Amino acid sequence: MTLHRPESLDEALSLLGGGAVVLAGGTDVYPGLRDGPPPSRMVDLTRVAGLRGISLRDGLWRIGAATTWTDVLRAELPACFAGLKGAAREVGSVQIQNTGTVAGNICNASPAADGVPALMALDAQVEVAGPEGPRRVALEQFIRGPRNVDLRPSEIVSAVLVPEATGQGAFRKLGARKYLVISIAMVAAVVEVSGNAISRARVSVGSCSPVAVRLRGLEEALTGATVAEVPGIVAGADLPGLTPIDDVRASAAYRREAVRTLIARTITDAMEVRDVT
Amino acid sequence: MSLDDPKGGIALTLNGEAVILGADPAARLSEVLRERAGARDVKVGCNAGDCGACTVLLDGEAVCACITAAGQVEGRVVETQRGLLEGPEGQRLAAAFQRHQAAQCGICTPGMMVSAAALLRRGGALNEAAVADALGGVLCRCTGYRKIIDAVLDASRHKALVAEGDRAPVSEGGVGARVERLDGWPKVAGLERFGDDVAPADALSLRVIRSPFHRAGFTFGDLDAYRAAAGLELVLTAKDVPGENCFGVIPGFEDQPVFAEGETRFKGEAVAAVVGTPEALAALPDFPVTWEERPANLTPRGAAEAAQLHGTRADNVMCRGRVARGDAAGAMPGAAHVVSGDFSTGFIEHAYIEPEAAVARRVGDRIEVQCCTQAPYMNRDGLARILGLAPGDVRILPTATGGGFGSKLDLTAQPYVALAAWRLNRPVRIAYTRTESIASSTKRHPSEIRMEIGADAEGRLVAETFDGVFNTGAYASWGPTVANRVPIHASGPYLTPNYRADSAGVHTNTAPSGAFRGFGVPQSAVAQEQLFDMLAEKLGMDRLAFRKLNCLRNGDPTVTGQVFETGMGIEACFEALEPHWAWALAGAEQFNATHDTVKRGVGVAGGWYGCGNTSMSNPSTIRAGVTPAGEVVLHQGAMDIGQGSNTVITQIFAEALGVSVSQVALVGPDTDVTPDAGKTSASRQTFITGNAARLAGAALRAQILRLGNVGEGAEIGFEDGTIVLSEGGEKRRVELPQDEGYALEVTESYDPPTLPLDENGQGVPYAVFGTTAQMAELEVDLELGTVKLLRIVAAHDVGRAINPLLVEGQIEGGVAQGLGLALMEEFLPGRTENLHDYLIPTIGDVPPIESIIIESGDEHGPFGAKGLGEHCLIPTAPAVLNAIAHASGARIHHLPATPATVRAAILAQRENGTE
Ligand SMILES: Cc1cc2nc3c(=O)[nH]c(=O)nc-3n(C[C@H](O)[C@H](O)[C@H](O)COP(=O)(O)OP(=O)(O)OC[C@H]3O[C@@H](n4cnc5c(N)ncnc54)[C@H](O)[C@@H]3O)c2cc1C
Repeated sequence: MTLHRPESLDEALSLLGGGAVVLAGGTDVYPGLRDGPPPSRMVDLTRVAGLRGISLRDGLWRIGAATTWTDVLRAELPACFAGLKGAAREVGSVQIQNTGTVAGNICNASPAADGVPALMALDAQVEVAGPEGPRRVALEQFIRGPRNVDLRPSEIVSAVLVPEATGQGAFRKLGARKYLVISIAMVAAVVEVSGNAISRARVSVGSCSPVAVRLRGLEEALTGATVAEVPGIVAGADLPGLTPIDDVRASAAYRREAVRTLIARTITDAMEVRDVT
Repeated sequence: MSLDDPKGGIALTLNGEAVILGADPAARLSEVLRERAGARDVKVGCNAGDCGACTVLLDGEAVCACITAAGQVEGRVVETQRGLLEGPEGQRLAAAFQRHQAAQCGICTPGMMVSAAALLRRGGALNEAAVADALGGVLCRCTGYRKIIDAVLDASRHKALVAEGDRAPVSEGGVGARVERLDGWPKVAGLERFGDDVAPADALSLRVIRSPFHRAGFTFGDLDAYRAAAGLELVLTAKDVPGENCFGVIPGFEDQPVFAEGETRFKGEAVAAVVGTPEALAALPDFPVTWEERPANLTPRGAAEAAQLHGTRADNVMCRGRVARGDAAGAMPGAAHVVSGDFSTGFIEHAYIEPEAAVARRVGDRIEVQCCTQAPYMNRDGLARILGLAPGDVRILPTATGGGFGSKLDLTAQPYVALAAWRLNRPVRIAYTRTESIASSTKRHPSEIRMEIGADAEGRLVAETFDGVFNTGAYASWGPTVANRVPIHASGPYLTPNYRADSAGVHTNTAPSGAFRGFGVPQSAVAQEQLFDMLAEKLGMDRLAFRKLNCLRNGDPTVTGQVFETGMGIEACFEALEPHWAWALAGAEQFNATHDTVKRGVGVAGGWYGCGNTSMSNPSTIRAGVTPAGEVVLHQGAMDIGQGSNTVITQIFAEALGVSVSQVALVGPDTDVTPDAGKTSASRQTFITGNAARLAGAALRAQILRLGNVGEGAEIGFEDGTIVLSEGGEKRRVELPQDEGYALEVTESYDPPTLPLDENGQGVPYAVFGTTAQMAELEVDLELGTVKLLRIVAAHDVGRAINPLLVEGQIEGGVAQGLGLALMEEFLPGRTENLHDYLIPTIGDVPPIESIIIESGDEHGPFGAKGLGEHCLIPTAPAVLNAIAHASGARIHHLPATPATVRAAILAQRENGTE
């Protein structure tokens, strides 16, 4: 078995192909082996210079591909990132947060990836590096289905990009126990309020469809809503993007219903946090 | 830096030392640390990051070594539990873990301590929430986490700030003292050796080939050609079993093959095993077997029509049980109030953090097996039968056992390595993978229960009928025990004049159901205690008062007609809850008056459990001696799987002998040198082995006093290889005979007095019953159906607490398992064979637990002590379910009460307006 540990992005790209598996924190790669042997060739990104950390440049926040969930938690970030921090805090356990990366969460493309709705609510883009140079894709386009992303074997994700924004983020995860739990459903929101009413809301839901979705119809309906009006609007909204299934964690019927409660509460969280600050 | 050259070693700093490990850089770090660096304090529980047992610090941050590529630690600093002991955090944690008995079996302790060390290093004051966040990635199945939280908080306090109530370590004292676990230090110091930790470096590895289908026919290809091509040493199938290809635990019910023949009866059943070097097994080509999937039946409902699993068991009924007293059918119509209901529970996985593991070696014409186990002598006799050897030619050397809870009574990995080592004359090892462990080990029986209970107008029980069907899986295992025990216990500890309880164990194509803490009684309590709440409601009675009115008192007959004239302590348990109950009800009422979405509820339940085997001889034997050098040695054969028998039995022995525990050296359960103390199950060790230890201590004391010709009251001491006897201020030295072996030696046995049950189940099934009452306070989010536990109060009559600290540990751990049963656990064959789909409570799911120890004594127990292990979880689930109903109005009949289930019950209740 070979574990490449490149120190530059170019070196990393040169090692791709031929069935090489990209490795970051390994928190999805290794469990995915079940009891089998490791892949015969892996390219580890955790040593690549400049790939770890969060920075702001030209109105874009850049979350390097080797940035862990713990890094996100420890970073000083504006209020719109509160949902991403909330997701970071609820990914698995401290052990998983210490090695698992934001980019790995996206690339793994699990329907239950907690980072995805949080990033979708932030209108995140994915920066892809490849032999033809870098390209950018909206996260919503990048994830095409479960375990299916817009990435060629010769490419890697180099960063996740988030446009600078005002507003307050929030995140809620529903699970059957406190730690180490796969979400039954989760909701992320970024809400801007003027006066006491919503001027703009971005809402995304995970674990209720093959890929997490933004609820644009609901977002529009929420414009102008006060805290008191939120539950009613959410309860009455048409949410065609949500197509939950039955699994060992919960029934589809439960998800369909409970997620509305979760959405209303997440939006309320975001509005109420803003009220006190 | 590149590790592209596979011959290049991985250079790192391990526990302060620079090391270079020759290893595949893509291998799991846990495996490399264990096998290449000898760091066997790094435990492997799941290989998926789910349990955290393998937690190490990587540049000071906690990570799961099992999902970290070894090559990724090149040039970095790795610390394990063992290394942390060189530093202040590790030392403080080790002392605090010992003081609080935060380690029970000890398998999660490395992960817990390493995670806690990272937290302590960050400095600052800690609270419970911060500890939980830091330790949330490590699962523990024994302790219920509360003592771990206490220990970490204690360790975080500066010496000068040690809070009141933090005791100095207790290492002395006899019966009644909070003695630190005598076998605890290796667990907190990273020195404990579990089943997979003792394998020699040159051992061959073994892998079992298992059925991927619930039921299948199969044929093998050319196994010899496969073996040669794969570079294996050996391939084993049914025809390689020299003795009987069959094992089991109950006489007459040995029905499980080591390797299936012709057809497999459950998914995960073994058909073959391969043995080779670790390298050969890592590169194993597909095994040459052709499967023919056949129709399978997974639930008792279809069992009568399904293909017969065992020739002699018509309708797939393994066996039935019954207890009848008075005339339940005749009395029921006369009851003023009657409630009835259907209740069900699913398969529950034991989920000990240590998967089954064993290593075997052939020594001449004997076979030696080191393994984690709950029953060394049963394992020995079972293996002898399989190998065609005399029992004396099999030696079981138990390792530390990382949790058992019933499933490590049965043979699992041992036959495979024993057969292979016997054939090859080389040591052979195996450690089950988590998936293999969950798929193939025994489970708690799923239950389908229908029960009806009637009371008179004053609330006194008139009659009860109980019909319970238990899915016993493909093989009998301990199913007959469940079928027998449940009818005896399904009344709960209440005076029930007219009673009829029937049970049946039914075969299906699933993993065998066997022993799991409580043997079916937790399932029956879910039905009975919930119906009690419904009955109290009909009567307009307080639920606790209803139970107290009906509970058994000294002199009352149980449903088997047994009468305890002393020591029936259930009333005292309920009384102990009364102030908590009143306070909690008032608190809930107040809270609910101002909250609409989240509602608070309080629930109570009682429980009882007979200690020891049901109406069967189950003796324990204890051997002890004094060496010519004046050392007292106790051969303690009761497997300590974390519950504390090494400590409790020694305390009892020391008390009876009249010395302190520190003067007693322990020899553990090795079938060559330590007699049979029976199995660690049925809450029998404190009671039965404890009695043998008491007798042995007393007998040794009598010998010593006789030798010195002194009276009963003399004090025994040891100085410079002689015995010193003090009496009335006078000291007398007694020289010890300088013979081979022990200078003085005793062997004593104890078998509890029971009587057989007649065809109506009337008789004396157990000499001792322990009783309990627990109360749960919780909040239900009515919109989401989520449940948040606030507090558990657990009153237990233990007769006499030999070691109160261990009693609390048992209670807290049992409660945590009860919470899991109530709220989240269900094994679905083929679907939840890992620890992220099969959920057990984490450190954030167990609320504060207040233990109330009642000591009502016991006629038979040693110094009045009763057993406790299983009692602890029996009332927990029904208390929780009753609290959910109190909070939400919704009654949960089918467990587990997941958010989806609770929400559905709330909606259904709103629709019907009733329960
Ligand atoms: C016990 C446990 C609990 C977990 N709990 C949660 C949870 O609560 N919520 C949740 O969302 N997730 C959870 N996870 C999943 C996992 O931890 C996260 O998805 C994590 O963010 C993955 O990051 P990683 O760096 O470890 O990915 P890796 O395992 O290294 O990689 C994941 C996948 O992405 C690819 N990849 C990684 N980085 C790149 C890149 N830069 N470019 C291209 N491809 C790349 C890899 O090839 C692989 O296919 C859990 C995992 C475990 C083991």
